[in-house]
Formats: sequence, C-alpha cells, structure tokens
Amino acid sequence: MALTEENREGRRRAPLAPWLKTTLMTVGSIAVTMLGLLFVTFVIGRVMPIDPVLAIVGERASQSTYQEVYEQLGLDKPLIVQFFYYLWDVIHGDFGMSLLNARPVSEDIARVFPATLELATLGVFAGIVLGVPLGVIAAVRRGSWIDQIARVVALVGYSMPIFWLGLMGLLVFYGILGWVGGPGRLDIFYVDIVPQRTGMILLDSALDGNWEVFRNAFSHIVLPASLLGYYSLAYISRMTRSFMLEQLSAEYITTARVKGMSERAVIWRHAFRNIRVQLITVIALSYANLLEGSVLTEIIFSWPGIGSYITTALLSADMNAVLGGTVVVGLIFILLNIFSDLLYKVFDPRSK
Amino acid sequence: MNAFNRLLTSAAIGLAVAVTSAPAGFAETPANMLVIANRIDDITTLDPAESFEFAGSDVSRNVYQKLVNFDPNDLDAGYQPEVAESWDVSDDGKTITFTIRDGLTFHSGNPVTAADVEYSLRRAVILNKTPSFILTQFGFSAENVEQTIVADGNTVTIVTDQPYATSFVLNCLTATIGGIVDMKTVMANEVDGDMGNTWLKTNTAGSGAYKLVSWKPNDSVTLQSNPGYYRGAPAMERVIVRHVQESASQRLLLERGDIDIARNLNPEDVAGASSAEGIKVIDELKGRLMYASLNQKHPILSKPEVRQAFKYLVDYEGMQNSFLKGQYTIHQNFLPKTYLGASNEAPFTYDVAKAKELLAAAGVDGLEIEVGVREAQERIEIAQSLQNSLAQVGIKMNITVGTAKQILARYRSRELDVYLGAWGPDYPDPQTNAGTFAYNPDNSDAAQATGLLAWRNAWDTDGLTPLVDAAVTENDRDARIQMYKDIQAKFRETSPFVIMFQQIEQSAMRDNVTNFSTGQAITSASYWQVTK
Repeated sequence: MALTEENREGRRRAPLAPWLKTTLMTVGSIAVTMLGLLFVTFVIGRVMPIDPVLAIVGERASQSTYQEVYEQLGLDKPLIVQFFYYLWDVIHGDFGMSLLNARPVSEDIARVFPATLELATLGVFAGIVLGVPLGVIAAVRRGSWIDQIARVVALVGYSMPIFWLGLMGLLVFYGILGWVGGPGRLDIFYVDIVPQRTGMILLDSALDGNWEVFRNAFSHIVLPASLLGYYSLAYISRMTRSFMLEQLSAEYITTARVKGMSERAVIWRHAFRNIRVQLITVIALSYANLLEGSVLTEIIFSWPGIGSYITTALLSADMNAVLGGTVVVGLIFILLNIFSDLLYKVFDPRSK
Repeated sequence: MNAFNRLLTSAAIGLAVAVTSAPAGFAETPANMLVIANRIDDITTLDPAESFEFAGSDVSRNVYQKLVNFDPNDLDAGYQPEVAESWDVSDDGKTITFTIRDGLTFHSGNPVTAADVEYSLRRAVILNKTPSFILTQFGFSAENVEQTIVADGNTVTIVTDQPYATSFVLNCLTATIGGIVDMKTVMANEVDGDMGNTWLKTNTAGSGAYKLVSWKPNDSVTLQSNPGYYRGAPAMERVIVRHVQESASQRLLLERGDIDIARNLNPEDVAGASSAEGIKVIDELKGRLMYASLNQKHPILSKPEVRQAFKYLVDYEGMQNSFLKGQYTIHQNFLPKTYLGASNEAPFTYDVAKAKELLAAAGVDGLEIEVGVREAQERIEIAQSLQNSLAQVGIKMNITVGTAKQILARYRSRELDVYLGAWGPDYPDPQTNAGTFAYNPDNSDAAQATGLLAWRNAWDTDGLTPLVDAAVTENDRDARIQMYKDIQAKFRETSPFVIMFQQIEQSAMRDNVTNFSTGQAITSASYWQVTK
C-alpha cells in the first residue's frame, strides 16, 4: 500500500514534459484524422459506381474471368476486412500497386507530386508577392483608382474559367508571341538531361548547375504558375484588403496617427503586423488548394501532376491510386495546418 | 512613389522580365526525330501477352515482331512474313509449320530463334491474361501447349483443335499477343513463376524496329531505333509520344512546330489546323462501330418488323454531317470497312413513313422503352437524335446515362431494353466481330455468355451461328469473303442490331511527315517507314 502511495506521488511529481505532451497530442490528432480520412475515402471508393474489375478485365471478359479477378482483389471479403488489410499495408508504407499501370502507387506519387509542388510553390509565391501588397494598397487607398483596379483584378480572377484563361494564355504567349514554352515541363531536347534528385526540374537543374535546362524549365512553368498565381492573388488580395480595413478602422490606429507616427509605420508596424496570423491561414489554405493539383491547369499545360493523376485514376477505376493520392493530399492539408499553428505562435504572442 | 507602389512595380517588372527573357519555342523538331502528341493514359501494361489497349498496341507494334505482320505501306495486302520466313499447312488443315527467318536479333543481342517463338506463344496461353482468348480459341491450353506449340530446329509447329481457315489463324497471330519476346531476358527477370509478367509490364524485350527507352505513365513514351532492324535502320532514330490530353494544346504544339503529329484533334481543331500553313490532315478508317441493339426478351422489340423499323429511324446523314462530322462515317455492317469480307452495303436511310408502315404491320401503337448509354458526349447525342426520331412514330424512349459499371452490368445481364454504344474489334480477322454479333450457340440465361453481343441481346441469331462456324474453317480466301458477305446480308435484314457508324481517325501532321499510318482498322501505328 505504502509502495503504491509512493508510486502515485512519484507520478505526480514527474508529469509529462509540455513539449512531449504537445508532440504526442499532435501525432495523435494526425493519426486520428488520417484514420478518418482513410476510412471515408476507402468507403467512398468502394460504393462509387465504378468497377475496378471491369477496368482490368475489359468488357468482353467471361463471367469466370471477372469472378477470378474480383476475388484476387479481395472484393469478395467484407468491407471492414478489406479496410483493415488496406490499413495494414498503408501503415507499412505500401499503397498497393496501381491497377492500371502496374507500378507501386507510392512510386507514381513520388513522380507526380514534385511536379505539382514545383508549380504550386511558384504559383503561391506569385500570389503572395503581388496579392499582399495589392490588398494593402487597396485598403489604404480605399475607393481610389488602385482599389478599383484591385477589385476588377480580383473579380476577373474569381470569375474567369481557368480553362479559357489558360488556353488564351497559351495562345498569346506561346502560340503567337513565342515568349514561353508550350505544354509540358520541358522541350523534348532537355528531357532526362539532368539527374533527378527532387523531381522538381527547376531545383534539380540548379543543383546540377545546368542553367540551360533551368531556363527551359522556367519558360515552361512560368505560364501555368502565373495562372495559378493569379487565382491565388485574387483570393489573397481580397482577404488582405478586408483584414487591413478592419485594422485601419480600429482605435489604436487612430491613436498611433494622433501620436504623430508616420503613415508607413502605422500601416506596416501596427496594422499589417496584426493581420499576419489571419494572412497565414489564407495563404496556407491557398497553398494547400494548389498542392491538391489544379486538374484543369494540368490538363491544358500537359503537366503530369497529382491532380490529373488522381482524376485519371478515378475515371479509370484505379482505386489504389485514388486512395494513395487522396491520403497524400490529406496529409498535406494536415501538415500545412500544423505549420500554420507553429507560425501563429511565432507571430502572435498570445498563442504562446 | 511610396513603399507599396515601389514594391508592386518591382514585382510586376520582375515578372515581366522573367517572362520576356524566356526563350521562344523551337521552329521544328530535328530531322531524325518524330514527336507525336497522343492520349496515352490508357496504357496499363507493355507485356504483349497482356496488353489490350490502343496506345499500348502502338508501342508493342514497334517494339515486338510477330510471326506474320502487316506492312504499313500496303495494309490491303494482308498479313506478310516477318519472323516467319514461310509456312506450310498440313493436308488436314490443323497443322501449320513456320520456318523462322535467319539473322534476326533481339535488342539484347540474343538471336531470335524458334525456341523464342515457342516460348512466347506458350507463355501467352499459360499466363491466360485478358487477350489470351485470341490464341486459346484454336484449342491451345496451358495443359496441351507442350504438344500443340512445338519448336524443332528453325521451325515452329502449331496444331489447332480443328481445321481453321489459315487466314483466320495468321490474322490472329498479327495481334499484339503474337509478339515474340526474348526468352532469355524475360526468364532472367522471372519472379515467383510469373514468366516475367511483372517485369514485362514496364519493360520490353523485343526485336522490332524500336526499343523502349522509357514509359512514364500519363507523360510520355520514348523509343530509340534499332539499327539492326532487318528491314534497315529506321529513318526516325527517336520517337517520342507525348501525352497531351487537350485538343487545343495539341493543335498549338503542332502549329508551333514543337510536335510533328497530333492524333486527337477535335473537329473544330482539325478544321483550324488544316487551314494553317505547313500542316496536312489524313483520314483513316478505324475499327470502332457505333450501334444500338434491341433486347429480344422484350415482347415488342423482338418482332421482326419492329427491328426493321428501328433501322429506318436513325438520321444517319444528319448525324454524320453535324456532330459526328469528320469523326464517324455511315456504316451498317458488323465488319468494319478495310476488314476481310467487309461490305459497303448501306440500305437503310432515315424514312419515318416506312418505319410507321412496319410498326403498323407489327400492330405496335405506342411504346415506352429505356435505352442505356455510357456517359460519353457523342453517344448521348446519338441517343438524343434517336429519341427524337422514335418520338415521331409514337415510341417514347427514356435515356439512362451511367458509368460503364452501371450500364454494362445491366447490358451483360440482359436487362436493358435498348443499348447504345460502341464496339471495337479485338484482332484483325472477320471472326472477331462475326463471333460476337452473329454467334450465340446457347441463348439460355444459364449460358452466361456475357462476352457475346448476340447473347447479351438474347438473340438466337436466326440460324447465323452455324454459318459463322463454317466461315472460320473455309480455307479458300474468296469463298470465305463471300460467306461473310452473305452472313452480313442476312444480319442486316434480321438482326436486332442497328449498326450506324464507323469511326474515322484524323491525324494532323507537319507537311514534311510522310508514310505515317495509324494502322487503319486492322492494326496499330508503326513508325519504321516514316520519313521527314
């Protein structure tokens, strides 16, 4: 009894370190979210009106061949059993083989994801660099011509079909002016020249010091990245404007101005500083959306990214690929959320 | 200028400089390189024993040789010697002995021998993948291949279970599954007794005009010419097939000269590209047929006059000249044009009065039926046209649009009143379509012959089944052709199939590309004969 009491005392005296507790909670929440995501995706994949067996055997196959493949895929087993088999494989890093191109799904994702990552990163970068200042100016000069332009730019960005805008961009800048490279990541002459390290051609060519390939890759990525950047810009600039307006009407701003602080300091050091946390959320969401893969952009620009990969897999009933792709996209969302939370703590003293 | 304006301006200028300093596109591809834009997302495997899709067949045709093959410069001539230099047929018509050509080598450097041919054909039978029926229909099975497919010296003998028309057997050997693989290389990559299947899905071991450099799914296929090819080194040393999904993107690439051939232009882009300088368009008939079929379990649709009436209720000309323009041509027989025994007869025209007469004779006055269509634009548009025509004779047709799983499952279980869809031949012999449209030895539900279109529509073929059986054993080529023409004549009049259109493929290419062929209806694209 005495020993038990002592043990309890001991436990009370040595609680979990805060960092360990936070880490465990984060890992736990990732695990639960991923499990939920996997389960929902798996169930949706199984109840959707597409037939992976038909995709493999073709519509002319006999009933016996159909049945054989049906059993090979484990589709004759109860759904929950199928799910646990799948979960077991995923935990071991195995997303299964793509039913349609006979390669491990993890290998496919490692091939297509860097293409999307490269495009999305450039796109969101353009969106931030242009969108944030545009939003700030629009708020500071509310009602001025620049605010009106920002409004029109954002409105066009929201409302213009990306398919049409992409094709027009290609027609003008590639077809007529010849300023940029055409659809695809590289001209055929440069394909497979630089060794693949990250799968991101700009980075790989820079690491290799091959600036000719870099320039060519840049000429191909600039248009789709600008297009995605434009859509990010539209969102980021409107949100920045709205956040800034809220801050600029606050009393502490009036106080700062009354104290004789320069307008620059008022805007940057006071108002802008206070919208950083909100902006991080907007930018993280924008980035996550781009990382999901913009299917239409990828189709128009023949960009072999994760968006078109998942879409093709879905249309071809390649459920292993769909599940694998969805899990990766889900993981990206979760990781970006965690990253945003960390940044909040850096920028917002209250979070600490 | 304040800080914000400076930042904005510099960002805009930076972007503009970056854009304008990028190099302009190249004017044309190198003279020894062929660059093709095509949709290649249907490639699932490169193993010839398993490959059964269009883009995969294109790769296979260039990488693997077969015993006999089609000459892309003269497709009408039919099969020609390739790995087999010659062949003899036994008197009983069941044994064919092929003599293997000397001096052929695989890309690995290994010689092509009779043992490789024996291995390749046996392997295709033993693996029993989807296209294996093309060979097993001759009676080959995993149990008997050691007796029925045998190499001896430089000859290979195959023994079929009954005498078949030699043209039937040899036509089947030109299919992708007839590709000869390098036994030593394949067996060196065997895993768990899979006869190298896993390895060959993504690698190749052939002796054709090209060897595979890379296949990146949904991205590209790159081929390098085989300088030791027995017909001589191909002029195009490298062939790159790029996956470009969108028609407009293909057209821009072609007009800029970044590709030589665009294979998937829609009618608007074909019209636009053909008027551009330096571009020509070639049309080739393909094997795909568009048809509607009437379920013979339906008490009214099974009446002969109703079957006939439907054939007069299709606005063939109207559709061909509007939304199908350039993509499909009118065709009313189950053998595609360019096939052995194909018929050009097209007796049915859009004739509402005639259809009304026939329906009156059948005592039909008002009818409501359901048509199942897969969600593809052209099929839905055809169904809508048919719906309008049928409405004029008092038939209400409800269109059910669904995925392949939804529609095909109901079609295969004989549940749909009417099915509207497409059918493509599996191998370049008339039996491929005769054996499904006009062949149904057991029409009972229990037969579950879901692979036969006649069975799916519960049609007992009105006596055509034995005629189809007879045609596959007729050794006289002209007599065989006449038999298929006769079968199709009867089929046109009595069958519940309303065959409407045959597909046309339009390839747009740079003016300097010559001899390119997608293989018409009977085979796939080959590149060794192409020059620029």
